[in-house]
Amino acid sequence: MSAETLVQLLYLVSTALFILSLKWMSDPETARKGVFSGVAAMTLAVAGTLAGVIATGGTHYWWILGAFAAGAAVGYPLAQVPLTAVPQRTALSHAFGGLAAGLVGTAKYFLYFGQHNEAALSPFIVIALVAEILLGFLTFTGSLLAAGKLQEVKWIPQRPVTYPMQNLSNLALFGLALGLGIALVLHPLAPWAPWAFGGIILLSLAFGVLLIIPIGGADMPTVISILNAYAGLSAVAMGFVLNNKLLITAGALDGSSGLILSVIMCRAMNRSFFNVLFGAFGQAQVKAVGGEEKTYKEDTIESAAQVMEQASLVVIVPGYGMAVAQAQHKVREVYDLLKKRGVTVKFAIHPVAGRMPGHMNVLLAEAEIPYTDLMEMDEINGDLPQADVVLVIGANDVVNPAARTDKTSPIYGMPIIDADKAKTIYAIKRSKAPGFAGIDNELYFLDKTFMLFGDAKSVVGELARKLSGEGGH
Amino acid sequence: MIQTAHSETPVPAPPAAGGGHGQLDVMGAVFVFMLATFIGVMVIQRVSRLLHTPLMSLTNAISAIAVVGALIVSAGKDHPGYITALGLVAIFCSTTNIVSGFLITDRMLKMFKKREKVAE
Repeated sequence: MSAETLVQLLYLVSTALFILSLKWMSDPETARKGVFSGVAAMTLAVAGTLAGVIATGGTHYWWILGAFAAGAAVGYPLAQVPLTAVPQRTALSHAFGGLAAGLVGTAKYFLYFGQHNEAALSPFIVIALVAEILLGFLTFTGSLLAAGKLQEVKWIPQRPVTYPMQNLSNLALFGLALGLGIALVLHPLAPWAPWAFGGIILLSLAFGVLLIIPIGGADMPTVISILNAYAGLSAVAMGFVLNNKLLITAGALDGSSGLILSVIMCRAMNRSFFNVLFGAFGQAQVKAVGGEEKTYKEDTIESAAQVMEQASLVVIVPGYGMAVAQAQHKVREVYDLLKKRGVTVKFAIHPVAGRMPGHMNVLLAEAEIPYTDLMEMDEINGDLPQADVVLVIGANDVVNPAARTDKTSPIYGMPIIDADKAKTIYAIKRSKAPGFAGIDNELYFLDKTFMLFGDAKSVVGELARKLSGEGGH
Repeated sequence: MIQTAHSETPVPAPPAAGGGHGQLDVMGAVFVFMLATFIGVMVIQRVSRLLHTPLMSLTNAISAIAVVGALIVSAGKDHPGYITALGLVAIFCSTTNIVSGFLITDRMLKMFKKREKVAE
């Protein structure tokens, strides 16, 4: 068996294992098997590549080993971050993925250019190279910026940054990159070609920044998904450049995953891709909320506890505020205490709650709440009219009835959790200021809504104390 | 001057690049891409919404398959030093994703428990 056949066989098995890995993610029961399968696939991929490299006479093995070791040394602590930091870790790793693809593309181009390898720089290859570096470097800076926003790094603006002619100037820059790309495809070996290549790199780095600065926190789940898709597609482009089917397959799996998650997120916000990327959500909120002065109705935690004890169905709606306050373990105490009293407790999870797809599920699973009680929005909405109490913890837009009724609201048309249909609503809110998107929430001013102001963790903790009988009732 | 990509065009393998495994087959590559995308979309549509965060960290690790390209670029025999250096940085980035991606996915998945019997 030739080395080439061995390499292809290893790649074949690796591809099958990658597909199985994703297939096993369909169910929490089999999901861990999916991780092992993915690890096996990656090991085979690296082994196969090494076999091919050795057969064609490779060098620098010590350096390569060093790069592997350094990567593992950085990767290990990145896997130990608290689960509330998972969105920024994910964004950071998209950045690493994009950078890797961009660098390999750059190396390949300059290698071929240096060799004056006309055959290798066919139009198809150059198109793939341009796509690879464009997607790679754009994902790199875009994801770094997204990670910075999620981590709330001080010098990165949290609020969307918008300026006049934003979309037009972005479009002009994109046209420039496209022009350079076409020139490069036509004359990949011209003396000026490396400069055009460098220009595309710089423009791609700029695009990453320009695409992310107008995006606010509430849009992060969509943006992270789109960046995920880009990272996958840049691997596909690399596969075209290197004529490597394993890269194409694995990249396509990643790309389609990012694509599907983006579609789900967009649908959950009733917005299009285009609208998320170019819509600048921030603009609508500048309108002064003033005018009619509405007042919140506050209630004590003690009476909230009493109402919940008497309930037969309590639905908890968690949002990003729960993650920020790290309140999930206290929520678990409340969940246990209510269950002990025979109350049915369910969690209503909106697809875009939190800062990345599935964010709330992971936090609640960390607090050891059985996943069978974590309900998707569509599953639980039918039960909400029967709910005696809805407890909103740090969620805002996903329960705002304006999405159903107010055509002028920026979130109009977005599917929401029907919290307003419950018999009583308790909402925990950090302050009396409007939420992240700056939109007033009618839910908080309903007759049957009572507000509990304070940090989510301390309010829920206090609630648990009252329920456990300390302080009596 | 410009060579059209065509399967019958004899494409000489780039000297010692070690990159192109086999002949360049544009349509073959595009076919593989299309089929893989279909499989990906169908498989991922069935992933439980509960697991979307671990799914994303798993696909993060999978997209670190770029390590294959990085290895090929770094290990090439007659590559100039800066090409090797670019490849090594790419290996570093990909390995970071492989290690952290798989580890954190498993860490999260361990937390999803059914636990039918809650103390009643």
